[in-house]
Amino acid sequence: MDNFLQVLLDGVLNGLVYALVAAGLSLIWGVMDVINFAHGEFLMVGMYVSYWLGFILKIDPLFSWVAAGLFLFILGAVTYKIIIRNSLGKSGMAPLLATFGLSMVLKNFCMNRFTPNFRLLSGTILEGKTLSFGGAIISVPQLVTALFALVVLSLLYWMLKKTRLGWAIQATAMDKEAAELMGIKTENIFLLVFGIGGACVGITGGLMTSYLAVYPEVGGLFSLIAFVVVALGGFGSIPGALLAALLIGLVESFSGFYIAAVVKYVAVFAVYLAVILLRPRGLFGW
Amino acid sequence: MAAMLEARDIHCGYDGVPVIHGLSLEVNEGEIVAIIGANGAGKSTTMRTICGLMHPDRGQILFQGEDISRLPASETIRKGISYIPEARRLFPRLTVLENLELGAFTEKDRSVVEERLSEVFSLFPKLKDRLHQTAETMSGGEQQMCAIARGLMSGPKLLMLDELSLGLMPSLVEKVFEAVTAINEKGITVLLVEQLVQEALEIADRGYVLQTGRLVHSGTARELLDSPEVRRAYMGM
Repeated sequence: MDNFLQVLLDGVLNGLVYALVAAGLSLIWGVMDVINFAHGEFLMVGMYVSYWLGFILKIDPLFSWVAAGLFLFILGAVTYKIIIRNSLGKSGMAPLLATFGLSMVLKNFCMNRFTPNFRLLSGTILEGKTLSFGGAIISVPQLVTALFALVVLSLLYWMLKKTRLGWAIQATAMDKEAAELMGIKTENIFLLVFGIGGACVGITGGLMTSYLAVYPEVGGLFSLIAFVVVALGGFGSIPGALLAALLIGLVESFSGFYIAAVVKYVAVFAVYLAVILLRPRGLFGW
Repeated sequence: MAAMLEARDIHCGYDGVPVIHGLSLEVNEGEIVAIIGANGAGKSTTMRTICGLMHPDRGQILFQGEDISRLPASETIRKGISYIPEARRLFPRLTVLENLELGAFTEKDRSVVEERLSEVFSLFPKLKDRLHQTAETMSGGEQQMCAIARGLMSGPKLLMLDELSLGLMPSLVEKVFEAVTAINEKGITVLLVEQLVQEALEIADRGYVLQTGRLVHSGTARELLDSPEVRRAYMGM
């Protein structure tokens, strides 16, 4: 029974982090029909920002997530301006290949500058702290990251549903031309959405350095999982991303513990394949 | 007095295929002007070019004396031009209230927005019962009212209406045209495009007849209604 609770908590905590990574991807896809293949690398860049701030300036990840989020917001906006804007309206493959190229550039830049070594911050405020809860042990850095993810997701959802800006973003997603007729500058909305998508992974990456090592390939698995979550949750749906991410987190932790650690991703992708076969628009998509 | 809206010899088309070949028209303040013509005559293209969704290849569009030929739609609405496109184009998964709020996207003053909301509710009381329903769940007639209301939320000087009657049953068409007259009486200038020639000319002051991208007739609504050519070509009489 102790094991069960432990595995459940691990799944939920991981799931919440996946949710925020996926939300950025989902938002960009939902509004612009663009798949950002560099999303995982954005996460990696966010982790490096927070790692170097911690290593050189001794700023704890508990604070440096702000800088990582901001940096990735700008990186996202610049990516839109320079790369995405010119590939929109062309073949659907254009933005896909462009962002794939960007992911290569980012990965290899970090490989070249920072070596492929794993780097883990030491001496962070939350390092090694744990809570015990009904016999299960919770890692505090992971808990904090998961709670942050939940808060940011809720804010994002609230912004989309309850503010004029959020309606304008949704309107742009539904009918760009009609949105222009309302006086919405859809070009700016796209820029903003790419920035927000970047900020989501920037914040997540910034906090994750308090318990995960950063290396140039770290984004790969996360982006793969994010794609699964987005497809599973339904493109463009934030609550869908949250529920799908929790599901994936749980499948991962339960299969990893009760079957074997090596099969956990097999289970994750098997669930994905099953959903795609049975319900191609995802579990919660429109 | 100079016209509120003036198109001077505009030429435009899609991807180099010309649709409008040198069209000039004028709309004076306070008027209802109808552009009529068959399917494919270029009516919607004219409207899209005036509001800035497209730009003319040649020619000029002046609004209150200012050249707006190159302004995008998100700017012309700030000048006071509101275009209600063909097929309504409401945001389907947003609620009626959210659609209306976006209609007033350019208006930052909250009290003005509230005032306009109550104005459109007095024009279309039914919308008030539908506020929190998504637009896609409403009937065609309700959607058209919502589209007109959304177009009014920006507080336009010139309201451009594209094929209001499309897909509506006759009793609703009459209601919608009554609403247009009521809007005009509040001092809003109206430019409309219609396939229902008779109905449109009955509420209009003046009209233009468009045929394959060229103006073939213009005059007061009365003149056009009495013109044997117009009657034969567009009213089947």
